[in-house]
Amino acid sequence: MESNDHEIVQSTDWDRIAAAPEFKDLMAAKKLFIVPAFVFFVAYYFLLPVLVGYAPHFMATKVVGVLNLAYLFALSQFVMAWGIAALYVKAAATFDKLANDILEKTGTHAAGAAEGK
Amino acid sequence: MSTPLLMFFVFIAATLVITYWASRRSAGGNAYFAANRRISGWQNGVAVAGDYMSAASFLGIAGIIAFQGYDGFMYSVGWLVAYLTVLLVVAEPLRNAGRYTMADVLAYRLRPRPVRAMASISTLTVSTFYMIAQMVGAGSLVALLLKDSGISYRTAVIGVGVLMIVYVVFGGMLATTWVQIVKALLLIAGTILLSFLVLAHFHFSLSEFFNAVGHVTYHDKGRQVTQDFLQPGLRFKPPYGALDLISLGLALIFGTAGLPHILVRFYTVPDAKTARASVVWAMALIGGFYIMTTFLGFGAATIVGRDFIATHGGTNMSAPLLAQALAGNIFFAFICAIAFATILAVVAGLTISASTSFAHDFWAGVVRREAGCKPGEEVLVARVSAFVVGAVAIVIAILLGPTANVAFLVALAFAVAASANLPVIVLSIFWKRFNTAGAVTGLAVGLLASIGLILVSPSVMAIDPQTVTGTARHLIQAKAFFPLENPGIVSIPLGFLGAVLGAVLSHEPSAEQRFNELLVRSNTGLGAEKASAH
Repeated sequence: MESNDHEIVQSTDWDRIAAAPEFKDLMAAKKLFIVPAFVFFVAYYFLLPVLVGYAPHFMATKVVGVLNLAYLFALSQFVMAWGIAALYVKAAATFDKLANDILEKTGTHAAGAAEGK
Repeated sequence: MSTPLLMFFVFIAATLVITYWASRRSAGGNAYFAANRRISGWQNGVAVAGDYMSAASFLGIAGIIAFQGYDGFMYSVGWLVAYLTVLLVVAEPLRNAGRYTMADVLAYRLRPRPVRAMASISTLTVSTFYMIAQMVGAGSLVALLLKDSGISYRTAVIGVGVLMIVYVVFGGMLATTWVQIVKALLLIAGTILLSFLVLAHFHFSLSEFFNAVGHVTYHDKGRQVTQDFLQPGLRFKPPYGALDLISLGLALIFGTAGLPHILVRFYTVPDAKTARASVVWAMALIGGFYIMTTFLGFGAATIVGRDFIATHGGTNMSAPLLAQALAGNIFFAFICAIAFATILAVVAGLTISASTSFAHDFWAGVVRREAGCKPGEEVLVARVSAFVVGAVAIVIAILLGPTANVAFLVALAFAVAASANLPVIVLSIFWKRFNTAGAVTGLAVGLLASIGLILVSPSVMAIDPQTVTGTARHLIQAKAFFPLENPGIVSIPLGFLGAVLGAVLSHEPSAEQRFNELLVRSNTGLGAEKASAH
């Protein structure tokens, strides 16, 4: 890449960090949250067009007053999206901490020292 | 001078002041392309919202809901949920690994020249096609909104085009960002006001409001109809409606995270953590806005009515006409001005992403890769290409004319983003075995499949009656080969398949060797581009 990163970080450092157990823990922690969250939101979202498209009469069932299943399910998608975003922000605080620990431990945090740690 | 025109001028004056202020802070690549990476989390979040919510989503969605009820609201849902892909998968790695464009992430460990050339073609395709659709829409809308001021379609297109060129050429990313922030805040404020007035009309009773939505009366082919507007199926009808709805969902969910003008926004913040915060801010605003389309769209359906809107400018005028019905001409003018601001902020974002990709990926990364760029050359090329892209968009929009059938260009932009851009971004970040051949074939297959399927879809192929003339006619007068308007359900798997096959059928040890570097950098931020001191 056209930057001067290679002067700061030797190529061996990248492999060393990638092999470190702390880094593997970080990747495992991320995977543990992101993969299920992604699968869940995609499944939850596509349930809406599938049901609305293939079972419009069922989705037109009224639940509260004139409010039907289709509209309430659509509204729930907003809550779902915000909910997952909130959970992710919480989980990501842990990822940030793990990442910072790795950079400090491997002594490569010098490049980011200006960020007031 | 009419009130709408006056409000347009107030907005234009404000944005020109912003541009002048930004122009004195836009020297050098980091400043011009990425606003020195000093935009804060909430600012970028608001700017993402301003970059994303186009006239199609403000005037368009209100119109679709006003005419086709619940099915229109389906768009609103997809446009928000799509940001989970941006948040969970793309924003942070992109910020950590790249510099100015999405191609930076691909070029990181793959052979830069072919990858940048292909990514640049894909970016320019998405951005310019989307821009032409916006310009044609903008021209007819502004002409309609300013009908009483005697502004023609041609004047409106030139006005919008010249303004977007001025913002981008002189003010770069900083001016574009602040125009988008001002627009987003205006749009949200206008939408809250409109929703409040709709509720006030129904005496702040949600049940009274929804009861009216459940019994909307209008005339269809001379016959009076009463329809429950919360009932699905008014737009997406058998036999292919359900499949089209799913295909649209796929294009939104996977396409938003591949839209170049959205992705470049994440380079304007100091680090990945701020990029994450900005997606969350954007989701709050975008979600809030799309929930309120309930009041805009259903409000227009119940308070103004389909019959009236149809004879006073058509679907796109639903929101402005609702404003007029609720609070008179001044509020009508205010909502028109917001629609104008909305258009300008989006086309400015498209212009800067197209010109950045041309200058950074194609000029500096392909043409001048060996010779190297002189200081300031990259920015100069970007300014010139912003001018050229803008001028070309103006000319094409004028040639096409206000009634041109260009809706398919928006579907095309999302399809290319989802089928070409997203697969190669994801695979290059997450799959060690991925390589240059995979990226090039993935981009090419995704791009060609999207364009090819759109060309044989009902958006382009249909038999029009003789009463439809000129550019309003479908390009190909024959029955469509492909039944869906949205090609995503076929083109996205093809894009992924092309990328995977291309990678599996070739070997590139250097790309695999540098995978650890990309993996560590994109997940820890080590070596990521820093914000400029000033």
